Amino acid sequence: MRRTQVQARLNGADVDFLCEPRQSLLEILRDELGLTGTKEGCSNGNCGACSVMLNGRLVNACCVLAVETDGADILTIEGVADGDQLHPLQQAFLEEAALQCGICTPGFIIAAKALLEREPDATEERIRYWLAGNLCRCTGYDKIVKAVQRAGVQMKGSAS
Amino acid sequence: MEAFEYVAPRTLADAYSLLGNGRRVAALAGGTDLIVQLREARRSCDLVLDLKRIPELRVVTIAADGSLQVGAAAPLADVYEIPEVRRRWPALVDAASIIGGTAVQGRASLGGNLCNASPAADSPPALMVMGARLRIGSAAGTRELPVGEFFAGPGQNTLLPGELLLEVIVPPMPAHSAAFYHRFIPRNEMDIAVASAGAWLQVGSDGTIEGARIAIGAVAPTPLMVPAAAQALHGRKAGAEAFALAAQEAASAARPITDMRGSAAQRRHLVGVLARRALERAHQRATEGR
Amino acid sequence: MTAAEKPSYRVIGTRPIRPDGVEKVTGKALFGADARPAGLVYGKVLRSPHAHARILSIDTRAAEAFPGVLAVATARDLPAASDEVQALGETAVNLKELSDNVLASDRVLYRGHAVAAVAAASVHVAEEAARRIRVEYEPLPVVLDVREAMLDDAPLLNERLLTRSMGKTISDRPSNVASKVQFVGGDVEKAFAEADAVVERHFTTKMVHQGYIEPQTATVQWNPDGEITVWATTQGAFACRGQLAEVLRRPASTIRVIPMEVGGGFGGKTPVYLEPVAAILSRKSGRPVMLTMSRSEVFEATGPTSGTSIHVKLAASGGRLTAAQLDLAYEAGAYPGSSVSAGAMTMLAPYDVENFKIDGYDVVVNKPKTAAYRAPGSPAAAFALEQAVDELARAIGADPLAFREASSSREGTRMVNGMPFPRIGHEECLRAAMESAHYRSPIEGPNRGRGVASGYWFNAGMQSSVTVAVNTDGTVNLVEGSSDLSGTRASLAMQLAESLGIEYSQVRVTVADTDSVGHNDVSGGSRTTFATGLAVHQAALDIQQQMRTRAAKLWGCAEDEVVYEAGSLRCTTDEAKTLTFAGMAAQSARTGGPINGRASLLARGAGGAFGTHIADVEVDPETGKVQVLRYTAVQDVGTAIHPAYVEGQIQGGAAQGIGWALNEEYYYDDDGRLANASFLDYRMPTALDLPAIDTVIVEVPNPGHPYGVRGAGEVPIVPPLAAIANAIADATGHRFSDLPISPRRIVETLHHLE
Repeated sequence: MRRTQVQARLNGADVDFLCEPRQSLLEILRDELGLTGTKEGCSNGNCGACSVMLNGRLVNACCVLAVETDGADILTIEGVADGDQLHPLQQAFLEEAALQCGICTPGFIIAAKALLEREPDATEERIRYWLAGNLCRCTGYDKIVKAVQRAGVQMKGSAS
Repeated sequence: MEAFEYVAPRTLADAYSLLGNGRRVAALAGGTDLIVQLREARRSCDLVLDLKRIPELRVVTIAADGSLQVGAAAPLADVYEIPEVRRRWPALVDAASIIGGTAVQGRASLGGNLCNASPAADSPPALMVMGARLRIGSAAGTRELPVGEFFAGPGQNTLLPGELLLEVIVPPMPAHSAAFYHRFIPRNEMDIAVASAGAWLQVGSDGTIEGARIAIGAVAPTPLMVPAAAQALHGRKAGAEAFALAAQEAASAARPITDMRGSAAQRRHLVGVLARRALERAHQRATEGR
Repeated sequence: MTAAEKPSYRVIGTRPIRPDGVEKVTGKALFGADARPAGLVYGKVLRSPHAHARILSIDTRAAEAFPGVLAVATARDLPAASDEVQALGETAVNLKELSDNVLASDRVLYRGHAVAAVAAASVHVAEEAARRIRVEYEPLPVVLDVREAMLDDAPLLNERLLTRSMGKTISDRPSNVASKVQFVGGDVEKAFAEADAVVERHFTTKMVHQGYIEPQTATVQWNPDGEITVWATTQGAFACRGQLAEVLRRPASTIRVIPMEVGGGFGGKTPVYLEPVAAILSRKSGRPVMLTMSRSEVFEATGPTSGTSIHVKLAASGGRLTAAQLDLAYEAGAYPGSSVSAGAMTMLAPYDVENFKIDGYDVVVNKPKTAAYRAPGSPAAAFALEQAVDELARAIGADPLAFREASSSREGTRMVNGMPFPRIGHEECLRAAMESAHYRSPIEGPNRGRGVASGYWFNAGMQSSVTVAVNTDGTVNLVEGSSDLSGTRASLAMQLAESLGIEYSQVRVTVADTDSVGHNDVSGGSRTTFATGLAVHQAALDIQQQMRTRAAKLWGCAEDEVVYEAGSLRCTTDEAKTLTFAGMAAQSARTGGPINGRASLLARGAGGAFGTHIADVEVDPETGKVQVLRYTAVQDVGTAIHPAYVEGQIQGGAAQGIGWALNEEYYYDDDGRLANASFLDYRMPTALDLPAIDTVIVEVPNPGHPYGVRGAGEVPIVPPLAAIANAIADATGHRFSDLPISPRRIVETLHHLE
């Protein structure tokens, strides 16, 4: 199968890669670019483990063809921390014990970041609604919601 | 996944030229249905035609005549985040904001939701009761048709070879009228409708129903308009009695099946409940601030 | 225990950040599918479209000829399958079953049963090639329901299967009933005859899946010298190695299993499915091969937990439970081995019931072979029992918690197998529930109801090995072999820090591969913090002893004059002689070389534990939708080492139980096709479906553990099914005895729909 060249911005740097049209962004991130922080849970858009930002929108990388991302701006979990400085969400997940097995954690952090950047004051109800596309089977969500609330307070504090 | 080619034309003319030629072409917008169907071998194609780089298919505008024009490939979030849309077409927001999760709504389009032609799709009943029309194009020109005439069966739309869905046109809601759409799902998000209902009501100052439309979903091979329900409402006073009559008509019109998402009996029962509640909510919207 | 009785700990009971936390929030942690050995290629498994069929032939030629294909595997490549079955003994039959479940040899027993596999440079090529394998099937009659499978004229899954009980064959003709268990005590007939009230009801539950978010995946490299390396997502690297060694008939020492981070297991990641297949593909292709299941493969072909059919008859006299007659039939899936005996043993555990008769049946059906799922066997049993208990409490006009307390088991109560309970905490849980703000608050409003339920799990001990290397700077490296599914690195490091009297930050923990640590049984049975914790404590004692010996030499005093206390050594006969842990560590080269603590043990004294849950629900009578308004989970955990992760376990278990109660089920069509094999239609709770789950941690220390640990992971999934059902009964006035209590079931029942 002939492969297509794609150029994109990934976590703030230019990348280019070759892909087959049938390869998903998830597949390329993990298998070609070595960014395995984005996880595969269901490959049909129903679990959110592969959440990434694509041109400022939260998307499931399993439901994006890599070939579509030519010229796109992509953010994955690997681009969330600023060097050795964890993002407030990452810190809050640690402090609130908001993860158990950790497989859903990157997706939750990306999805929650997309929410808090728009709505730092998001209510519990709003957080639960926004994160409904991200499944966690370990925590019952309680500590995840609390971590997002905590990070929201902190992000608002550092923004003002 | 079977191999396919991929092209992302920049103009409609280029897109039309890629249709046909004996190849099986799948139009791609948000891909949240198509990519999954290809991956799961529920569908196959030779060429994926990505429509997102055609500017006119991405725009959402309010036209001079007050209608909302949504490019077929515009992501749902691009539609429902517009304050004017939220104010004037809340029933469209009702539907667009429950299709998949947040991550789906940044990609999935109204056009895709319609073309996928699922009997349980959320946007059709909402669009149908609002009187929305579809603009369809081909190399030969364009045509328009009401949303309700777009569906031929589960997964089957009425696009002809060489045609693309270009735009969804939602007319302005007349004075003292409003629409509402909702569905029933076992969870609170992330499910496919077990049954759904949209309602549009126009209510006179004395509370008489001057216009009504009811559409139901997931209870027949295609989304259904229920003219009998509208007739039952017309000229009556808006209220429990009229809404119950219309709900009964909606339930009678349903031709549901039993599957893993719900039983036929459950669906028929639900669609009556949903129709009644949709009328109540549409009525509330239509009479707000009176 | 009261606060005054509780020992004061320095580290235990605090909430430090887990050792693997940063890696997991930054995406650096490597899970099963993140292994990337050089030259990696991918494979795809071909699965049966039939729920029951004989395999007449498999033609792999077209797949082998497909461009890019590196290897094709079928059961012929597995050593076990090629042997004569009749010539094998009891355990070997199981080996044949294990092997046949990995790749079917002569018969497929469920839809999704693996039949062949292909390796290629790309997973897409492997998939395209796999589709070109021609399998000729002779379809056979399908049996899906546990009670139907028990009928005399039911289609048989295995014509050689005879019913066994207590080690003896008890049937004279083949049957789908693989085994029967029975527990009898007292005089049931008499107790029922003399009872104040009797309740009798039949309950059913459907198969449900663990629903871990990470699909099964395995990467295997088989070198020409026969050395095999496995990158596995498994709850037990040694269990994985053992099964692989058996199926492949390879010496255990030639197989190295590297435990990757595990994206959830809940019992489901103990059997091997893909590892032997990837091994064969690697041997044949000469490349490391990764196989990863799709989500639908996970649902169709890995072990869910049993669907069940349970009959309950209970009696009360004098305000307490006096008799129970229980009949449990559990689906084993395609091969024998359901959790029915655990169901039968746990069902009455919360109560001191003098008269009982319990029958349990393990039944094969044309569905995937069941695997463990969190307290396997107990939730379905509690769903049935705790609803009947609720009904009985209502029948005699008692408060449901007070009735439970009056009937509760306590230290010395005999379990149904005759063993007396050691110190347990069910009464403490019931009292904590009664005293909770939740239970004291009124439940008001139309269509709302409250339910309570208790549940029990044994918790397990089993085998663990650890080593602890003391570094000269006073830090330590703990090397253990228990897969960390939930933060156990933290709970083990905390126990080590406590036992050595050092800081948590001075401990670094590694979950090692099978070449680098002694045997460890699976992370299951809620055993890791208890049993591996015990090993950690013993390794710390080993280090303390070595340090005391060295200090005595240094100081020229007797060893018994050296005390190790709070991270320091001191001489009882000479106050001037003291050394800190770090001080002694710094001198290790001069005092005899490196100091390494070690412990290997078979842990005894696992502490069984109870939980009591309170659920408030609101039911929409028109749609059947149930909202959980408020939820409180009370649980005796012995001692909470890291309370935040204990709370997390309780919340997570409760959430799974709520999902099981309301929506989750394996939905089969008549042909045995699982119609909802996706996260879209297998409806696990989302964040929007659950309320905050309040936890009340009760600490009745387990006498079998130095810090009183019982284990926390499994108990919390036991009570929710019945707690929710009891709440729905309270809200609607109708008792639902079949799971799930889905909107469909509620609306069909309340509106008498067909």
